[in-house]
Amino acid sequence: MKIVGISGSNVGSKTRTAMDYTLQIAREKYPDADITLLDLAEYEMVFSDGRDYREYEGDTKVVTEMIMAADAIIIGTPVFQASIPATLKNIFDLLPVNAFRDKVVSMLVTAGTAKHYLMVEQQLKPILAYMKAHIVPTYVFIEEKDFHRKEIINDDVIFRMERLVEDTVLLVDAYVKIRAAKDAEYDF
Amino acid sequence: MEQYRIDVNKGIEFGLYSIGDHLPNPHTGAMISAEQRIKELIEASKLADEAGLDVFAVGESHQTHFTTQAHTVILGAIAQATRNIKIASSATVLSTSDPVRVYEDFATLDLISGGRAEIVAGRGSRVGAYSLLGYDVRDYEELFEEKMELLVKLNNEEKVTWEGQFRASLNNASILPQPQNGHMPLWRAVGGPPASAIKAGYAGVPMMLTTLGGPATSFKTSVDAYRMAAEQSGYDPATLPVATTSLFYTAENTQDALREYYPHLDTGMQALRGGGYPKQQFAQSVDYRDALMVGSPQQIIEKMLYQHELYGHQRFMAQIDFGGVPFDKIAKNIELIATEIMPAIKKHTAKK
Repeated sequence: MKIVGISGSNVGSKTRTAMDYTLQIAREKYPDADITLLDLAEYEMVFSDGRDYREYEGDTKVVTEMIMAADAIIIGTPVFQASIPATLKNIFDLLPVNAFRDKVVSMLVTAGTAKHYLMVEQQLKPILAYMKAHIVPTYVFIEEKDFHRKEIINDDVIFRMERLVEDTVLLVDAYVKIRAAKDAEYDF
Repeated sequence: MEQYRIDVNKGIEFGLYSIGDHLPNPHTGAMISAEQRIKELIEASKLADEAGLDVFAVGESHQTHFTTQAHTVILGAIAQATRNIKIASSATVLSTSDPVRVYEDFATLDLISGGRAEIVAGRGSRVGAYSLLGYDVRDYEELFEEKMELLVKLNNEEKVTWEGQFRASLNNASILPQPQNGHMPLWRAVGGPPASAIKAGYAGVPMMLTTLGGPATSFKTSVDAYRMAAEQSGYDPATLPVATTSLFYTAENTQDALREYYPHLDTGMQALRGGGYPKQQFAQSVDYRDALMVGSPQQIIEKMLYQHELYGHQRFMAQIDFGGVPFDKIAKNIELIATEIMPAIKKHTAKK
C-alpha cells in the first residue's frame, strides 16, 4: 500500500509537525506500507497551466506523479484566509479531474483558533469529492494551543491521529475488496 | 447539402477515422513500428473504400503515442490508394498551422483524389503541439478563430485580401492549386460544451461534434445551439451538415465486443489522459442511450438510429483504432459495419 502524506503549505511548522507525528504513527502501525511525506515547502512547484501532469518537469512532475501513484493520501493543511493555502490548491489544479478516483484521502488541519473548524467541510471536502476521492469523513483538527515548541501536547490530538491513520488504511482495504467484488460482476 | 457533397437521399453517411494512436495491443503487449502502423492505416482505408464506406479520415496529433503528425502526407497516400471514399482530416490542428498551407495541401489532395477531399479544422485537445510548433497556448482561442476565418475565406473567394494578428497579410492573393470545383467541404471540429458549436453556427460552417461517451442527450444541447446560432446569423440550418464522432468497437455479439474492447479503452485512456476507464461506466455504455459506440452490430444500429432521431445528423464518424486495436480487428470492424450496420442505418435514414 502506497501512502503519501502532503504537508500543504510552504511556510510555518505546525502542519509539518502534525504530519510528522501522523506518518510516524502510520509507519509503526503498518511497517509494510510504503509511506512518503511530500512537504510542499521543500519542492519548487510551478503553477498549473492546464497541461497533462506528466508533461511538467522537475519537482512539479515528481510531486504530481507520486500523488497519482498513491493508494491513500493524507493531506495536512493550515488555514489561510478562511481556506486552504494556494500551494495546496495548486496541487489539485495540476492533477486531472478524476485524479482521486479509487484513492482514499484523509485530512488533518491546523489552525490558530477553533473558529476555523468548518473550513475543511466548506473548502477542502468539496474539491476532494469533485476529484472522486473516497474521503475519510472525520478529520483531525489541531489548534495553536495543542502545540508547544514543535511538539503536540494534547493527548486527544494524538488519539485522533491514530484513528485517522487506522481509518485511512481500513478504507483502502475495504475499497480494494469492494472494487474486486464490483469488477467480478462484469464479464469483460 | 450538395455543396458539401452530401446526398441526403442515400441516408446518413458512415465514416471511419483515426487520430493515429500508436500504443501496444493490451491483449498481447505487442507494439508495432510506426512504419507498420502508418501502412496499416493506409490498408484500412483501402478496406473501407472497397466495403463502400463513405469517409476515411486521419487526424493530426503531435504527442508521443501517435504516428500521424504529418496527417496530410498520409492522406495523400490514402488518396492514391482509394477510389471512391471521401478523404478528410479528423482533425487538422489549424491553430498551429498556416491556413494557406493547409488549404494548399487539401486542394492538392482534392485533385489527387478526384474531388474527394475535405478539411476538418480543430483546435486540438492535446496542447503539446503548441510548444512544439512555436505557439503560445495562451492564444488558444484567438489563434483558432482568426485562422478559421481566413480558411473559410480561402475556400469561398478566388482572390483573397486579408489581414490578421498571427500571419502575414494577403493582398489579392490567389491560392493554388484550387480544388476540383473551386471549393471543398470545410468543417469545424467541435468537442465538449456548446461554446464551440455556437461559433461554428455563427460562421455557418458545418460542424463535426465529438460524442465520446455519456448520455447521447447531453450532446443534443450542442446540436441545437449550433443550429440556433446558424439561424441567428442568417443561415438556413437545414442546409448545414452535422457530423458526430465516437469511439467505436463492434463484434459478433455484445460479450465479445466488451471483452475485446475494454483493455484498449482502459489502457488507452491511461496512456493518453493519465486515468483508466472505470468498468462500471463501461458496463453502462451498451445502453442505447449512451453515446459510446460499443456493442454488437444490432446494438450499434439501435444507438445510431436513436441518435439520428435526436440530432438529425448527416454523418457519423467511428474512431476504430483507439488504444492499440490490432489490424485484424480493425478489418473485422469494417466488415461488420459494411455488411450489417451500414445497410440497416442507411435504409432507415434515407430520405424517402
